[in-house]
Amino acid sequence: MSETGLIVEGSEWTFGNLEDLEVEIGRIAAGYRLDTYPNQIEIISAEQMMDAYSSTGMPLGYHHWSIGKQFLSTEQKYKRGHMGLAYELVINSNPCISYLMEENTLALQALVIAHACFGHNSFFKGNYLFKTWTDASAIVNYLVFAKDYVAKCEERHGLDATEALLDSCHALMNYGVDRFRRPKPISAEEEKQRQIEREEYQQQQVNDLWRTIPRQEEAADEGWPRFPEEPQENLLYFIEKNAPLLEPWEREIVRIVRKTAQYFYPQRQTKVMNEGWATFWHYTLLNTLYDEGLVNDGFMLEILQSHTDVILQPGYDSPHYSGINPYTLGYAMFTDIRRICEAPSDEDRRCFPEIAGKDWLDTVHHAMENFKDESFILQFLSPTVIRKLKLFNILDDDNNEEIEVTAIHDDHGYLRIREELADQYNLSKQEPNIQVFEVNLRGNRSLTLQHIQHDRVPLDKEDATEVLKHLHHLWRFDVLLESIQEDKVTHSYVCDDASVHENGDEATK
Amino acid sequence: MAFLIIDRRPQGRNKSAVNRQRFLQRYRKHIKEAVADAVNKRSITDTDRGNAISIPKKDVSEPIFRHGRGGSQHRVLPGNKEFVTGDKIKRPTGGVGSGGGEAGNSGEGMDEFVFELSRQEFLDFMFENLELPNLVKKQLKDTESFKYIRGGYTNEGIPARLNVLQSLRSAKSRRIALGGAIRRQIKPLEEELATLEETDGDEVRIGEIKAELSRLERRLNHVPFLDDFDLKYNNIIQQPLPTSNAVMFCLMDVSGSMTREIKDLAKRFFILLHLFLKQTYKKIDVVFIRHHTNASEVDEEEFFYSRETGGTVVSSALELMLKVIRERYPSADWNIYAAQASDGENWPDDSPIACDLLMKSILPLLQFYAYIEITKSDQQALWMAYEELLEKYADSFAMKKVSEAADIFPVFHELFQRKSG
Repeated sequence: MSETGLIVEGSEWTFGNLEDLEVEIGRIAAGYRLDTYPNQIEIISAEQMMDAYSSTGMPLGYHHWSIGKQFLSTEQKYKRGHMGLAYELVINSNPCISYLMEENTLALQALVIAHACFGHNSFFKGNYLFKTWTDASAIVNYLVFAKDYVAKCEERHGLDATEALLDSCHALMNYGVDRFRRPKPISAEEEKQRQIEREEYQQQQVNDLWRTIPRQEEAADEGWPRFPEEPQENLLYFIEKNAPLLEPWEREIVRIVRKTAQYFYPQRQTKVMNEGWATFWHYTLLNTLYDEGLVNDGFMLEILQSHTDVILQPGYDSPHYSGINPYTLGYAMFTDIRRICEAPSDEDRRCFPEIAGKDWLDTVHHAMENFKDESFILQFLSPTVIRKLKLFNILDDDNNEEIEVTAIHDDHGYLRIREELADQYNLSKQEPNIQVFEVNLRGNRSLTLQHIQHDRVPLDKEDATEVLKHLHHLWRFDVLLESIQEDKVTHSYVCDDASVHENGDEATK
Repeated sequence: MAFLIIDRRPQGRNKSAVNRQRFLQRYRKHIKEAVADAVNKRSITDTDRGNAISIPKKDVSEPIFRHGRGGSQHRVLPGNKEFVTGDKIKRPTGGVGSGGGEAGNSGEGMDEFVFELSRQEFLDFMFENLELPNLVKKQLKDTESFKYIRGGYTNEGIPARLNVLQSLRSAKSRRIALGGAIRRQIKPLEEELATLEETDGDEVRIGEIKAELSRLERRLNHVPFLDDFDLKYNNIIQQPLPTSNAVMFCLMDVSGSMTREIKDLAKRFFILLHLFLKQTYKKIDVVFIRHHTNASEVDEEEFFYSRETGGTVVSSALELMLKVIRERYPSADWNIYAAQASDGENWPDDSPIACDLLMKSILPLLQFYAYIEITKSDQQALWMAYEELLEKYADSFAMKKVSEAADIFPVFHELFQRKSG
């Protein structure tokens, strides 16, 4: 520490600086009761950041062309200056790995350390979704297992076969998660040990299911139990367990994709909260650092400038608009929760009687630990934030000539906007609701899926057709998909041997 | 709190290299088309960079189940300026349903997936049909070759490069420098001793001086004869090879019988020659001469893309080439290469003249003259005439009948052979 009392000076960082920052910020964070996994900070170059980027931040993964595509596109955008790279990338693992770019200035590194190493890190450790659904200490080992397994399959069964299988699984990745049931934690050790055992067992299960077919061929329609008994939402799980012709190694790969999807599922459900939490804390922690006189004005100004850039929200009509910025929304909400606790207005006392005037630190921790985006917004989106972001709701109904504005930031609109926005973050509404409905056990072994339409919103037909081909590749018998609106089939797709037939909008039938 | 800071920068940069290759492999067909396109658009001297390749986004998409347009959809947007509840807004563009696209996707409206191929990858795709031997491919792709020359001395090196003379010289100067102070003490003592001995002076003093002198001599001997930092090694530096100049003449028949495809093949041929020369020469001029019944010197654009009608008189081009050589590229200063592409047709009376011109005036000045006849039918008039040259100038004249891209390389075979020999 220098005579001025500053822990860091200048704009170039050194490894010593980073250590000092980690220690000081860590001390302050502990004062705010931020509970984190141990930090592992890794310094990387821009090129390495592009690598990390394209593999969605996984430190290692199996090889696949889609990651190459992602890399090429990132590289192209970066080189042409269309986009800057993130300052950091953080992985939900124990120890928590954060990548810092070498190009960052000292102030930026401080921001990143506060944001990732303490903000995201504590969120990973504290939020209930992450606690119940992912196992931070096992993920890296599992990824190693997955990578090795896929490589082995490529060797043994050929690159093309493996790639085609992965393509098909990726198409259904979003439908490879258990939404309500808690999955078993993944462990590379167990996976390896049990894998052979499982292969045999699974195959046997599948055989059992299908063996009954010839015997029961002549049975009457009635009395035949429907399979599956209940509709299944986890398509990949259903395929892994029941697809008739998949070989054991293929089932294992389906499982790997499914497990990876499951690992990312909490992240997809907590974008706003996670980024908001991290942004709220980098702002709070670094301001405390400044208040204690450990950093100077220039340092703080640079931080504030970056902070302002991060939480910029262009209006809906701006050419830069690309949806609601999760940093902005999350940061605004956490900041507002603190305000409501510390200095509530009459309006706040009316809307949030349970938190107005309470201890702010307790309240934000409670919010972080027990909510996901959807419920967080439903619970905490305050009129102040709605006014600040000037949110409004529109109804786009193809039965109407025009789009209607149904709510704006006024007394009548707050509740509506809050509900609609929460809905917007409900993953099961963002994605079409598609479930396994029935398998034809006695006849042609065809698989029937049902798409339950909501508010008449149809599927994207082009993509649906392609996905069905992938599904057919896994199931290897005919695949049917029916869009259902109010118990009527509005649209149906049939996929037999690589060609798809559609039956368009028969709503009148 | 436990924490760890790791510097990952020295570790592997190209983690995604495998994935990148997988992508290129998968979209090979698309990329090849794009490369062929780029080659046709590109100048033949301009092969030193990669290229932006675009593939229709539709073809590289990864499909998932998602909502389409239509139905009844709610959306919350930020930045309201003028709306109040109940306002009706016209749909932005394109009528029914177009407002229903996902808000999150509105940032990417492009229909093409664009990415950059490196120079290496670009050349790989370009050479693909030419069936170049691997060795040659490698030679062509290396931008520069080096020769190693001695450049002074360094303090560090391997024993084999130790320079004895310099090392000893350096040791000697070090010994002189380090012993200087001692010798300065010795000198007056010796003088004093000499005077004392001459005058039979004080015995005690003589003894003292002798003792002091022998002590100083010992100290002088302690200065090591050879020390680590005396060692000098020959320094070897890389120097780009070679620096001389070359000029490349591209001759092409542009008469009516030369079709688009023939010209494209010819273009590849010229590119290859240019790449090869670039490998060997630092500065290359390219002269484009096109001819039908008259020859003219033109720029590249006109060379490849303009079309003429009429007959063919090859000797007109050869005469022009000779004129250009005499005026601008004296053969003493320039390595001269020429490549001629034609469909083989020539005015019957002209072939002997052309042949004579080559034989007597041109070939003696040239390093190499390559002729390709691009035709699917039998050899044409010009071929017959040139056969005579083949015997006489076996080492500087090559000709080849080409009907598809893969035939081009053998023409160069001789060139490479000569080089390695």
